[in-house]
Amino acid sequence: MSARRPRSFYVLAFLFVLFLLFLYGPMISILVLSFQGPEGGLVFPMVGVSTHWFERLWAGGGQVEIGAALRRSFALALVVMVLTVTISVLAGLAFRRRFRGATVLLYVAIASLIVPSIVVSLGIALEFRLLDDAIKAVGAVAGIEWVQTGFVSALGPFTSGLGAHLTWTLPFGLLIMFAVFNRFDPAYEEAARDLGATPWQTFRHVTLPMIAPFLIGVAVFGFTLSWDELARSSQVMGAQNTLPMQLAAKTTTVTDPEIYALGTATTGGSVLLLLVAFTLISLMQPRRKRG
Amino acid sequence: MSDAQTVELAAVTKRYDGALAVDAISLKIKAGSYCCLLGPSGCGKSSTLRMIAGHEDVTDGHIMIGPRVVNDDPPAARGTAMMFQSYALFPHLSVAENVAFSLRMKGVARAERLDRAERMLDLVSMTEFSDRKPTQLSGGQQQRVALARALMTEPSVLLLDEPLSALDPFLRVRMRSELRRIQAEMGLTFIHVTHSQEEAMALADLVVVMNDGRIAQAASPREIYNAPRTPFVARFIGGHNILDDGGRTIALRADDVAILPPGEAAARRRARVSEIEYRGPDVRVGLETEAGETLNAVMRERAFFDSPLAPGADVAIGWRPEAAHELSRDA
Repeated sequence: MSARRPRSFYVLAFLFVLFLLFLYGPMISILVLSFQGPEGGLVFPMVGVSTHWFERLWAGGGQVEIGAALRRSFALALVVMVLTVTISVLAGLAFRRRFRGATVLLYVAIASLIVPSIVVSLGIALEFRLLDDAIKAVGAVAGIEWVQTGFVSALGPFTSGLGAHLTWTLPFGLLIMFAVFNRFDPAYEEAARDLGATPWQTFRHVTLPMIAPFLIGVAVFGFTLSWDELARSSQVMGAQNTLPMQLAAKTTTVTDPEIYALGTATTGGSVLLLLVAFTLISLMQPRRKRG
Repeated sequence: MSDAQTVELAAVTKRYDGALAVDAISLKIKAGSYCCLLGPSGCGKSSTLRMIAGHEDVTDGHIMIGPRVVNDDPPAARGTAMMFQSYALFPHLSVAENVAFSLRMKGVARAERLDRAERMLDLVSMTEFSDRKPTQLSGGQQQRVALARALMTEPSVLLLDEPLSALDPFLRVRMRSELRRIQAEMGLTFIHVTHSQEEAMALADLVVVMNDGRIAQAASPREIYNAPRTPFVARFIGGHNILDDGGRTIALRADDVAILPPGEAAARRRARVSEIEYRGPDVRVGLETEAGETLNAVMRERAFFDSPLAPGADVAIGWRPEAAHELSRDA
């Protein structure tokens, strides 16, 4: 293996290094700048090294909205995750039986992947305004007190926001489940049935444990897609903001490296989530035969 | 264990989206016998087995197990148990938990079901592996576990879908005698799907040769070998020459073909040796007759080397009249 490497190796290696730099350079810059000294600014050079901005972030001085947005985003991502896993599994099971209109339904479901996110978001917002008008009209006619005085809009993170995120996560979840069930040998389920398992027992004791490692993948997908979703969130969260929206707003008026500290912290959170997920997957997979 | 049961098929038909897989077959398998469904791939043998098991709906006809028509019964209510070609052992469960699965579904307490699984594993000599996961076992070991798991439901009929095809040749021969032993010990009805005529001959009391969704012949291995009904059966089980003899189609066992000196008066054909294949216990001699027919003669190894032949030699061919067996046309 000591032969001279061809020139193409160096060209390709150079391109690969460029690619890595492009991919990880920004993240590394943010990571480094988040440890900027107290006197430092938004750009290099570093003026000392400190955890000053993390402390400010933690103390949350004057940053109430960030903390609230973070908690809101987290809760929303959890709900999206659970719904994505549940609905994807059920839909994946349904699509295994060739029912009438299956192909059309599939295209309808994944169409929202190709419609621009901002359009989906606007559309949902418009729909909910119609709904608001309807609710107000009904409230007025029926004389419902709280609608007349307290109701502003049905738009919100856990109504229209949740729906908007699901339009994004469900097609991915469904496509993953397709891949999973394509490789799933139905003989396992037949064997369970042969051994006297009811359909529910077959699902509970055979199918579910066998697809569980993939479900963690779907869950992580659902969580992270929701966690950093901006375009689809932009029009549908009502009066409240999610974390990405808050960050986007903050970048336009940003004055200090605290935002970098926030970026580092959230990235760290994502990495931690992935590590936990992969550990779980490797623990759940049946151990490979050795030798 | 429950008692063995007869299995009876009455004009059983299976159609998939218009394509006929099994064409009105009728068959009676005696209680406690070992039956092999034999045929090339696509002949309908697996569909037949899966219909008996209840994993495939019957398009038409009736399946009876014992005195009951079971067409509409779920698999577990039929008194059958199936061993799958891939074994389908649950990868997330240990060997013992796999074997105890049917008891767990019935709600038998953990200690009792593992105890009974242990006893069943003893029957297939797999107790020492009870804590392993299926992926940690060899093909032969997996097969034993699959067998134990199927027997755990106390079936009266055991259905085996190509159970030996995943094993290497040596193991296949060993597992073959093991299957036969277990069948004899338990006295169950076994229905075994295979495409290997050797396997069917070695195992079965009743060989059912299938072709194109129909039964070409159902008989004992000896009868099938000595009196194949159609050219298809004769060809599929091997060891036969199919010749046209004065307007009739006859089957002639390769070991019934006598190679005689070229001038022999009693000769039925004159031929030239085209090929010699040494096979250990015997030697196969490929022959081409004047009329252009090809046929094989098989001679004991010692007999061949008493007067060896070489390719290109001119010979005469003869056979005893009773060795020629007339065939009916393929259905």
